Amino acid sequence: MKRHVAWACLAATFAASAATAEIAPMDVKFTDTGAVTESLTGQPGDSTKGAEVAATKSMGNCVACHVVSALDAPFQGNVGPELNGAADRWDEAQLRGIVVNAKHTFEGTVMPAMYKTGPFVRPGDAYTGKAAPADLPPILTAQQVEDVVAFLMTLKEE
Amino acid sequence: MTLRFSRTILAATAAFGLSAMALHAEMANDELNINGDLPITVKAPAAEHLKGHLDEVYSGWLFRSDETRAMEQDDFDNPIMIFAEQGMETWDKVDGTAGKSCADCHGAIEEGMKGVRATMPKVNSKGELWSMEDYINDCRTNRMGAEAWGWDSGPMHNMTVAITVQSRGMPVNVKIDGEAAPFWEKGKEIYYTRYGQLELSCASCHEENYGNFIRADHLSQGQINAFPTYRLKNAGVVSIQNRFKGCVRDTRAETFAVGSPEFHDLELYVASRGMGLDIEGGGVRP
Ligand code: HEC
Ligand code: HEC
Repeated sequence: MKRHVAWACLAATFAASAATAEIAPMDVKFTDTGAVTESLTGQPGDSTKGAEVAATKSMGNCVACHVVSALDAPFQGNVGPELNGAADRWDEAQLRGIVVNAKHTFEGTVMPAMYKTGPFVRPGDAYTGKAAPADLPPILTAQQVEDVVAFLMTLKEE
Repeated sequence: MTLRFSRTILAATAAFGLSAMALHAEMANDELNINGDLPITVKAPAAEHLKGHLDEVYSGWLFRSDETRAMEQDDFDNPIMIFAEQGMETWDKVDGTAGKSCADCHGAIEEGMKGVRATMPKVNSKGELWSMEDYINDCRTNRMGAEAWGWDSGPMHNMTVAITVQSRGMPVNVKIDGEAAPFWEKGKEIYYTRYGQLELSCASCHEENYGNFIRADHLSQGQINAFPTYRLKNAGVVSIQNRFKGCVRDTRAETFAVGSPEFHDLELYVASRGMGLDIEGGGVRP
């Protein structure tokens, strides 16, 4: 019995330290070109999952504004540039910076920050129109950001 | 630093080229003439106060599909005319403790309400900025002894549509100076504020990106000269402030309520961005 509790405690501590290894939105460090060199999770991204995040409305919804020919999503928008060949133009750290908060790379851009929890003007609770909860989560989780970056790294034309 | 600068310029020029292309390729080159005898100005030089922001203003009608545009060309095909007819019937009906109808004070709607939509919203005698909905409810409660209608209720939609169609083909004519100036300034500030978790302002979509597509939606300049509109998607009438509510919600923001001071100010400012265009309400939208 005692042993079990001890094991549970150990497991919990372990889980907690794994969780703290994740970089929280307000702790992300940008270089002066807007890149983020350190992985947010220390875990490699999964490009297949990243493709899903990019194509899905309730997740990254990148196709709302970008044409990404590799994705099988109808009605891709053109508010932003095409992402075909993105990995030829940017390195991984710069792509991570753009996904986390593109405003550090492109001043004043309309592209939303995917890994930011504030400050915002009148933040809402997703698309309900209601006020945001005090602990408003970022649009994407740290791992989803890594997954999208892994997917973007597959977008090579050269 | 230099990288960031040059990339931004590059992206900016790329985006600019794209939007200019999309504009020419995608915006309809079409003229609106309702029933063949009511020409509507849907394209005009921008008002002086938009200098540096927009050169020309366009009705949202130009950004819609051939089929949707055609529905607005003919009152028999325009579903909003059923609502207009219902509003006109109510116009002549006695309601409330004073035993009066709208017509008792204002005469025939075609005469009494001509040009009214084009001047809305405007500052009332008490110095408050009022939308058409406020004037209607003021008449109902203070002159007719009838109950106020909800902002987005059926009877309010019918009446605002019935009044609006009396101004079709007349230029947007809102007052933005004098007593209206402070409201207009606040509305302008709201228009350029980047709300919500997506940090988007009205201008992000309707000034910087009109002509572009956000997913399947072809972005217009977000003009209100065609309001109230009939939306095919919900098979019903949409008021100006209800449309604002939807757009603010879509930025993952806490919206303002219809009838709020903020939306009144915004309504005046957005109306003023349409100066030069004609009133075409009720329009048809997807
Ligand atoms: C609301 C619009 C919008 C959304 C949503 C959006 N972006 Fe963007 N994105 C832009 C714009 C606009 C730019 C161009 C930067 C500028 O403003 O100059 C851009 C630039 C980029 C670039 C640099 C492109 C290049 O090659 O120069 C990448 C990479 C990118 N976005 C990835 C993404 C990803 C991944 C997502 C989703 C997780 C996403 N974007 C969602 C608007 C958007
Ligand atoms: C995330 C992008 C986005 C933002 C931000 C946004 N809108 Fe819109 N808006 C749309 C879309 C999409 C439509 C439907 C297509 C169109 O007409 O542009 C639309 C339509 C409209 C229309 C209807 C135009 C017509 O002719 O039917 C009005 C009016 C409008 N918006 C006003 C506003 C105002 C005011 C704001 C700021 C409070 C705003 N919008 C913010 C995306 C946006």
